[in-house]
Amino acid sequence: MEFDFAAEQPKFLMLMYGLIAFVAVVGGLLLLLDVVPAWFDRRREERLIAAVASGAPLPRRRKPREGLFALFFLLPTLLLIAVGLVVPAIRTTLLSFMDKDSSDWVGLANYSWLFSEDSIVRVLINSLIWVLLVPLVATAFGLIYAVLVDKARFESVAKSLIFLPMAISFVGAAIIWKFVYAYRGDGDQIGLLNQIVVSLGGEPKQWLLESPLNTFLLIVIMIWIQAGFAMVVLSAAIKAIPADIVEAARLDGVSPWQMFWQITMPSIRPAVIVVVVTLSIATLKVFDIVRTATNGNYDTSVIANEMYNQAFRYGEPGQGSALAVVLFVLVIPIVIYQIRNLRQQREG
Amino acid sequence: MAFARSRQALAIAGVLGLALGVTACGTGNDKKSSKASSPECAAYEKYQGHDGKKVTIYSSIRDIEADRLDQSWKQFEDCTGIDIDHEGSGEFEAQIGVRVDGGNAPDLAFIPQPGLLKRFVDSGKIKEVGADTKALAEQNFSPDWLKYSTVNGKLYGVPLGSNVKSYVWYSPKTFKEKGWSVPTTWDELIALSDKIAASGTKPWCAGIESGDATGWPATDWIEDVLLRTQGVEVYDQWTTHGIPFNDPKVADAVNKAGTILKNEKYVNGGFGGVKSIATTSFQEAGTPITTGKCAMHRQASFYANQWPEGTKVAEDGDVFAFYFPAVDPAKGKPVLGAGEFVSAFADRPEVQAVQTYLASGEYVNSRAKIGDWLSANKKLDINNVPNPVDKLSVQILQDPKTEFRFDGSDLMPAAVGAGTFWKGMVDWINGKDTTTVLNGIEGSWK
Repeated sequence: MEFDFAAEQPKFLMLMYGLIAFVAVVGGLLLLLDVVPAWFDRRREERLIAAVASGAPLPRRRKPREGLFALFFLLPTLLLIAVGLVVPAIRTTLLSFMDKDSSDWVGLANYSWLFSEDSIVRVLINSLIWVLLVPLVATAFGLIYAVLVDKARFESVAKSLIFLPMAISFVGAAIIWKFVYAYRGDGDQIGLLNQIVVSLGGEPKQWLLESPLNTFLLIVIMIWIQAGFAMVVLSAAIKAIPADIVEAARLDGVSPWQMFWQITMPSIRPAVIVVVVTLSIATLKVFDIVRTATNGNYDTSVIANEMYNQAFRYGEPGQGSALAVVLFVLVIPIVIYQIRNLRQQREG
Repeated sequence: MAFARSRQALAIAGVLGLALGVTACGTGNDKKSSKASSPECAAYEKYQGHDGKKVTIYSSIRDIEADRLDQSWKQFEDCTGIDIDHEGSGEFEAQIGVRVDGGNAPDLAFIPQPGLLKRFVDSGKIKEVGADTKALAEQNFSPDWLKYSTVNGKLYGVPLGSNVKSYVWYSPKTFKEKGWSVPTTWDELIALSDKIAASGTKPWCAGIESGDATGWPATDWIEDVLLRTQGVEVYDQWTTHGIPFNDPKVADAVNKAGTILKNEKYVNGGFGGVKSIATTSFQEAGTPITTGKCAMHRQASFYANQWPEGTKVAEDGDVFAFYFPAVDPAKGKPVLGAGEFVSAFADRPEVQAVQTYLASGEYVNSRAKIGDWLSANKKLDINNVPNPVDKLSVQILQDPKTEFRFDGSDLMPAAVGAGTFWKGMVDWINGKDTTTVLNGIEGSWK
């Protein structure tokens, strides 16, 4: 197809607006950051000069106005959080107690629906499987890999290979793996997995149709993406272990096994927790993979996918909101754990 | 730092000023002005007087079809000076609700589901159509079609495009070679299927995978069969929940559809067993007909666009479609179909002018000439429909013997019609029994 610049003019115009807005906002902020403190500095200098000239006692250095300045930058953020996060959260909670027209209060009806409907219970169970498996397997895989390649030859190459899937969007990854799992009845298999099965003399299978196997196959996609993240963070933590500790342990004659459990693990514990927590939250929110690969069919749906369907596609905002609240409640303990953990580290 | 601080600030300020200046220049005025007085605009006289106004339209129509839409009302825009701004979205059904509830409704929307339309009418968002539009719609459409956009006796939308779903695609070439003939009754259809199966070819191809709408092609099967086994009255009761979803009459129709879809001897040419129907995309499903791996594929008229490039769609070509036969032809000719309705969320005069125009004979003929499109509008001249399948569809729609019924899943509440019904059909193909599936769907209809 020919590309006509003139016909695409509106899009270019929009692109230009975007660029200009970006320059305006970023430029404006830079200007502010640059000019305002400079102005305060100059004022202070002038006062000093004036004081010196008049022979009066030097003015005491005033407390820097950093507090005021911080508040100035904090305000827009707080405002945006309120508008984009706090208000919708409250509204969603209210909606979850209302009927499908969001007009009458129905009490806990949406929640009782949630736990009585077989298909939704299945969704909750699936989400549980996801949140148990993905963080543990991805972290374990990342950790083992980081330890194995540490100080090995071609370490950076080996690491970037695992890290590459991070660069692919969830939707893209799901499409790639859908091809891996693809099935053709007779003739040539176009799916890698079935081709392997066939070349080993087996019968091709419709992988994504068989519950609960399909949920685990989808989890593989998430692990494939996230293991790289775990590996990079943990590898950095391993490299940060002080060399003298390692050396001391070596002199004491520890075995590699002891080295791992007695030295490496305790030293990188905080990093492991951060990785597990981050992956848990990311996994609870998983939506793109399920929606792209199976759209929640064949008993693979998860909370976020079902929430979207109920609220936006089926016109049941009450039930969708109830699912959103459940998701929110599930994330809270993880977040609290993370905060407590950070605080302990700071104290310790 | 080599840079003096003030100079740096100056530079940033300069960039900023330049940026703001360019923005000011960028917002040009591109309002359209009409060529109202030119002779080719005579037909648009009654829509004039809204020069420079803008009407926004939101629909699920994208890509080439959207370009054709823009082309179809170009002259109307030129002559009236109304700027029609159409936006198509692949997430129309989910996004229209978000936009309307969020106070960001388009002026007009092409809604393909009467169930969704009714939901917006109930919440008071859709405006009743104006008197002019109503008069024209009543003139150009059968009461059957207007019924779907009528709520409590008031008309809330005008039918636009249509499609006919009761088709079985086949290859006239292969049929001729093998000596098969097009069946005209259900019994002949089954006899033919047996004959084809005996010859070693799978008689049927099917696929119900369709992204986040997976399952809909199977609902069409059920609807088409129910129309044939029980007739239009029972069908109407079923779509309005006058009889339960799991009524024995419905179960009977589902099982009858199952004698084809769940028959390992009949399906699924080139793709595998019965279960492969669930994972075969509906776009791909029929293509093995062109390679002789299967003989028949039940799918709507718009499937004409899905054939591989170079496939001749004609009565004597590579592929063509025949009417999905009735069980007892003496009892009438039921036809399943669908279409979209133009509904207004604003009642400004220019919006009503566009809505009226879209209901007119001039519009449907100008759109049909561009190709691959048809409407149930009585003013549509069959000579303006280039595609042979579309021609056949127009004949069926305009045939007084035709008993047309709208796609049932689109009439039901979305949670059923686009939710549990779709999902239930996927489970059904995947091996669940009819009773369990129907009970599950009935349980979700509140």
